[in-house]
Amino acid sequence: MITTSGLTKVYRSRGREVTALDGVDLHVREGEVYGVIGQSGAGKSSLIRCVNLLERPTAGTVTVAGQDLTALVGRGPRAGKELRQARSRIGMVFQHFNLLSSRTVQDNVELPLEILGKSGKERSRKALELLDLVGLADKAKAYPAQLSGGQKQRVGIARALAGDPKVLLSDEATSALDPETTRSILQLLRDLNRQLGLTVLLITHEMDVVKSICDSAALMEKGRIVESGTVSELLATPGSELASALFPLDGEATDADRTVVDVTFQGEAATQPVISQLSRTYNIDISILGAAIDTVGGLQVGRMRIELPGRYDDNVVPIGFLREQGLQIDVLGQEPVLLKEGAEL
Amino acid sequence: MTWSEMQPLLSQACWDTLYMVGWSTLIAVVGGLPLGILLVLTDRGGLLQNVLANKVIGQIVNVARSMPFIILMVALMTFTRWITGTTIGREAAIVPLAIGAIPFFARLVETAVREVDGGLVEAVQSMGGNTWTVVRKVLVPESLPSLISSTTTTIVALIGYSAMAGTVGAGGLGDIAIRYGYKRFETELMWITVAILAVVISVIQFAGDYAARSLHRRGGHSGSAPRLRLLKPEEPATADVGKVA
Repeated sequence: MITTSGLTKVYRSRGREVTALDGVDLHVREGEVYGVIGQSGAGKSSLIRCVNLLERPTAGTVTVAGQDLTALVGRGPRAGKELRQARSRIGMVFQHFNLLSSRTVQDNVELPLEILGKSGKERSRKALELLDLVGLADKAKAYPAQLSGGQKQRVGIARALAGDPKVLLSDEATSALDPETTRSILQLLRDLNRQLGLTVLLITHEMDVVKSICDSAALMEKGRIVESGTVSELLATPGSELASALFPLDGEATDADRTVVDVTFQGEAATQPVISQLSRTYNIDISILGAAIDTVGGLQVGRMRIELPGRYDDNVVPIGFLREQGLQIDVLGQEPVLLKEGAEL
Repeated sequence: MTWSEMQPLLSQACWDTLYMVGWSTLIAVVGGLPLGILLVLTDRGGLLQNVLANKVIGQIVNVARSMPFIILMVALMTFTRWITGTTIGREAAIVPLAIGAIPFFARLVETAVREVDGGLVEAVQSMGGNTWTVVRKVLVPESLPSLISSTTTTIVALIGYSAMAGTVGAGGLGDIAIRYGYKRFETELMWITVAILAVVISVIQFAGDYAARSLHRRGGHSGSAPRLRLLKPEEPATADVGKVA
């Protein structure tokens, strides 16, 4: 649904060059929620702004819903008619909501429809319908200043949906909100994704956002995507930074007299009593150093860090047993020897 | 002088002043508003970025603004005669008043429009709006309270200018104060003129402030997010819980 290839953005100011995006290849499938996570300055903002060409990429292409947007860019700095039409089919929500303070909630939602040249009757029907969808039907006549942060973002979302977009871009939509409100907004995005089949590309610096609604995720560092894939692919990738950030575990690395192993369970495997089977079959004592179970992208996922007595060489057989059970095994302090099938970096 | 002698003089003068100020304000707003918006749009990073045009407009505005009004008035006499056919009277005074007020108002508009949150411009662009949409739907309505305050300031400044115009035969309250108060020592009449000016200016200022404030309150800039953003431009406001290590 959204594909970028070789996307590069270089900012020049007073002779200095800053590379914000360094050849980003991103592929967002139709109907999924895709999260791009990274710290401030990693280039996330530039990336999402390049998707609807609010920023002109220096090089590379952006394709949204089969349309090459970079081809629509004219020579001048201004956006031509075709690009503006393409933008109107891509919704966008912002960290600071960006609602017009001089307009009521309803008029804010009607704004994109005014730009599309819809009639007054049609605009108000659509706006009220959308406000109802985001649960703010009673606030139509209020001004943004009278709303809470979460309500403002709901208006922002309703406004972004006014042009019936297939794609929604979310620029840190929950970063200015408290945890509770964040949850409700994420829930709303998830519901819209399911109900309307909306493809959502979101950028965030909060792991919880990825954890709670994303089907796929990418980690950005210094203008590059260092890891990407569906959440289950990422969890199955040995040494994945995203996976360990989603499930942080503590514990010392493998040394002479012990072997520390990270076990990742997904779906079916999460319910099997593998650890006690392992203990009984091989008659070894297993200590659990840390464990977490959570739902990621609607999938039950668990991660456990266990300690086996003896060096790695002594534990090859029990570790093989765990792998046979369909579990993702990472031995700490040991370079991953084999990539599992389906695990792509 | 008795009141019955003063009264017709004063009412005519009041009317002349309001006439001059009214028309020149109208022209200043019509001319200064687009000019001020252009100053913002053509600036570096603006929607119609054009550094050369920006420099040229900015320079013209600066020169016109820093010109003492009395000199501007004299310098424009030929132009005034060409437009109105005369250099004397209230119609003739409107020309230099308006020309003096356009750059003054344009600078105020520029400041007001610059205050508009760039995120709103971005939002409208993301909806597919063009530059004209941004001006019409964002820049003007969002800066309206400031624009009204700017208009008030311009009106008050124009009342001051109009008194100077009075010295070269434009009529109005300034003319009365000079001719009767200064040249004929009619102190009483002069004080009445001063009082009238004070009342007129207060009423205009009050009305302008009231209009700006009621718009402000309705629209409300009390939301915390834009304020926070001004203080902390880049960093998101939340704590770094769950950040990628």
